[in-house]
Amino acid sequence: MSNFSKLSPKQFAAIGAEFDDIRNRVLADLGERDANYIRTLVKRQRRLEVGGRVMMMIPPTWPLGVAALSVSKILDNMEIGHNVMHGQYDWMGDPTLNSKNFDWDSADTAKNWKQTHNVEHHTYTNVLNRDHDVGYGLLRMSTQQKWEPRFLANVPLTVILHTFFQHFVAVQNLKLEEYLIYKTKTGAQLKEDFKPMWKKMRKQLAKDYVLFPVLAGPMAPLVFVGNVAANLARNVWACAVIFNGHFPEDVEQFPESVLENETRGHWYVRQLLGSANFSGGRLMHIMSGNLSFQIEHHLFPDLPAHRYAEIAPEVRAICEKYGLPYNTGTFLQQTLSTWKRIFKLSLPTRDAGRGRLEPVAEEVPLRMAA
Amino acid sequence: MIATSPNTRFLSTGLRRVLGSRVVAAMTTPHGVDRYLELFDPTWSVNEVRAEITAVSHPTADSVTLILRPNGNWQGFRAGQFVRLTVEIDGVRRTRCYSPANSVHAADGKIEVTAKAHAGGFVSRFLREQARPGMVVTLSQADGSFALPEQRPGRVLLISGGSGITPVMAMLRTLCDEGHAGRITFLHYCNAAKDLIYAEELAEIAARYPNVELLRGFAAVEQCGELQGLFNREQLVTAVPDYAEASTFLCGPPGMMKAVQQLWVEDGIAERLHLENFTAAPVVVDSANAEGDVRFARSERLAANNGASLLDQAEAAGLRPEAGCRMGICHTCTCRKLSGRVRDTRTGQLGEEGEEDIQICVSVPVGTVTLDV
Ligand SMILES: Cc1cc2nc3c(=O)[nH]c(=O)nc-3n(C[C@H](O)[C@H](O)[C@H](O)COP(=O)(O)OP(=O)(O)OC[C@H]3O[C@@H](n4cnc5c(N)ncnc54)[C@H](O)[C@@H]3O)c2cc1C
Ligand code: FES
Repeated sequence: MSNFSKLSPKQFAAIGAEFDDIRNRVLADLGERDANYIRTLVKRQRRLEVGGRVMMMIPPTWPLGVAALSVSKILDNMEIGHNVMHGQYDWMGDPTLNSKNFDWDSADTAKNWKQTHNVEHHTYTNVLNRDHDVGYGLLRMSTQQKWEPRFLANVPLTVILHTFFQHFVAVQNLKLEEYLIYKTKTGAQLKEDFKPMWKKMRKQLAKDYVLFPVLAGPMAPLVFVGNVAANLARNVWACAVIFNGHFPEDVEQFPESVLENETRGHWYVRQLLGSANFSGGRLMHIMSGNLSFQIEHHLFPDLPAHRYAEIAPEVRAICEKYGLPYNTGTFLQQTLSTWKRIFKLSLPTRDAGRGRLEPVAEEVPLRMAA
Repeated sequence: MIATSPNTRFLSTGLRRVLGSRVVAAMTTPHGVDRYLELFDPTWSVNEVRAEITAVSHPTADSVTLILRPNGNWQGFRAGQFVRLTVEIDGVRRTRCYSPANSVHAADGKIEVTAKAHAGGFVSRFLREQARPGMVVTLSQADGSFALPEQRPGRVLLISGGSGITPVMAMLRTLCDEGHAGRITFLHYCNAAKDLIYAEELAEIAARYPNVELLRGFAAVEQCGELQGLFNREQLVTAVPDYAEASTFLCGPPGMMKAVQQLWVEDGIAERLHLENFTAAPVVVDSANAEGDVRFARSERLAANNGASLLDQAEAAGLRPEAGCRMGICHTCTCRKLSGRVRDTRTGQLGEEGEEDIQICVSVPVGTVTLDV
């Protein structure tokens, strides 16, 4: 049984109020500390990027250069890009750190990302058919997804997804499976949707694979390979972090019925049950964009992520108080658990397609129809 | 780009051309060149006007004068215009308008800004108390139609009150630097002699230039300026009998501006009066009842505030602003509020007056609000 059904409407309301309270307290405390944090990080990332690109052109420092550029891309995408595009720093009023303007060093356009990630994934977290991140239209990630023969390739496809993550994410909004498999989308539609994506991809490809290699003159092959390596490192790492956040075995997926009359309290609980953390030191948290605190991130997606570590004990205490799970483990544990799920679900499972959660709302629903 | 001194200008134009090139743009995509230049010097930028504060002084107890050295993107100003100055206070950027008070011919290319610290004022207090040499601020290019016309008028009357002295001070200094031949009357009102911001320099100018007449009016009775009490017709007719012939430039507190304006209208010479409002924003009364209007500036629509979220109200007005979650988490609906105050439906908190970004799905207007939608 889903943990969802264990709570009474009163408890949902109380949980909502407790989480709102945490959020308001952090909001009221935002200030120079947060501004300094993100600015310092941006500065370090830009230095690593410039340094990495230069070192890559000099053979003895090539490995260092690759490492520096890999770290730079990871920081740019995760602790900076992902978080800034969530609007975590919008309150600063700084146009360079604003979710409306920021773009990241990734093939994916900021606009696309904000649609698939901020809107679809964060509003409808782990709700089948609504949260495209559940399998990216490619994989079977929940027993509630009907098994199809194509899911036999769950494991190799997951490996490919990790390898080309930035490009998969870039075309995620095309919903390719609707064209390729379910034929609900026409080729012409697809082409039209692809245009803006290709524009950004082209720029990214030109920068990493043409411009900088050419600038390196005789060192062009070295720089080319170095850039491939840095992009690959970022892809695999980002994908692994994201998978660990939502797909370890005990993390719940939800049927669409859960959205009917959902209240703020319900939404919070769904976020909680649909996410998992992993433990680590400060460096691990920064390198994962603090998505090691995926639970806190899903409860408060627009609070500056470096604050998650500070509020995690309170979140955990609330979970204990209401008997809700707080899914966490080491990076390795969560990774193994995720891959176990991927393996298992490549084969038909018995309880496929079951499970409708009864809406228990009595309060004002959260989202009014547009 | 960086320094404006002549010997580095050649270098800087060359550098600027390189930095502005398509190749450099492609190399620095998607962040842009400026984000890398900042690593070297916070005032370096290809497009933005940034300025370093080089000197800070306090001409009166409640005011502050800043000398700003702008980067090469600054295109100069016309005497009387203003700039939008942005400072960061506790992590949050705040923008306010200030009128440079210096002559447009100042040889060092620096900008002088004087702000009066208001008791409840956020930015002006900060500048008064925290501004230090070495701080970097962001500026807009100069803006505003309140300015000396290119064809300088012969007879000039400058009327100011309180901190409204700054734009007309720029006019006076500019005209003096140009050796203006026509007569200039500088009519200024403030509470007491100790509150007169450019007191010494004004006295000097009046002594040096025979065509400049300085008339000071102090509200406090025991103070003796050239004029007594508040602005009124009798006083003006006596002190500046030819006021109707002059091009008049006016800037001051609302009450005084209204009185002057009325006189010029009554005399049918309103087209000779140019004015600037510093608009100390009216304090909005917070009320549970929906009041005022919602104005959608870009689409030029207006609706009576019905108390719903601004997103709902925009949609009800037939607009389709971008939106996603409709519950305040995705920031898709964020747009610029140009004026007015809103309440956050989640926290119940009343926001700030003035320009800022808000999430319209979780903001209800409190009184009249203007959105850039
Ligand atoms: C074109 C233009 C040019 C300008 N040029 C200058 C200039 O050269 N020099 C200058 O000093 N100013 C100038 N101003 C005014 C300036 O832009 C600011 O409005 C001023 O400095 C106050 O800003 P603040 O952030 O300190 O006050 P804010 O925090 O924005 O408050 C605005 C006003 O409301 C008052 N206030 C705030 N809270 C309360 C409250 N609770 N109760 C009652 N009153 C309250 C403040 O005292 C202040 O007067 C200009 C304005 C314009 C539009
Ligand atoms: S629509 Fe998502 S924050 Fe407003």
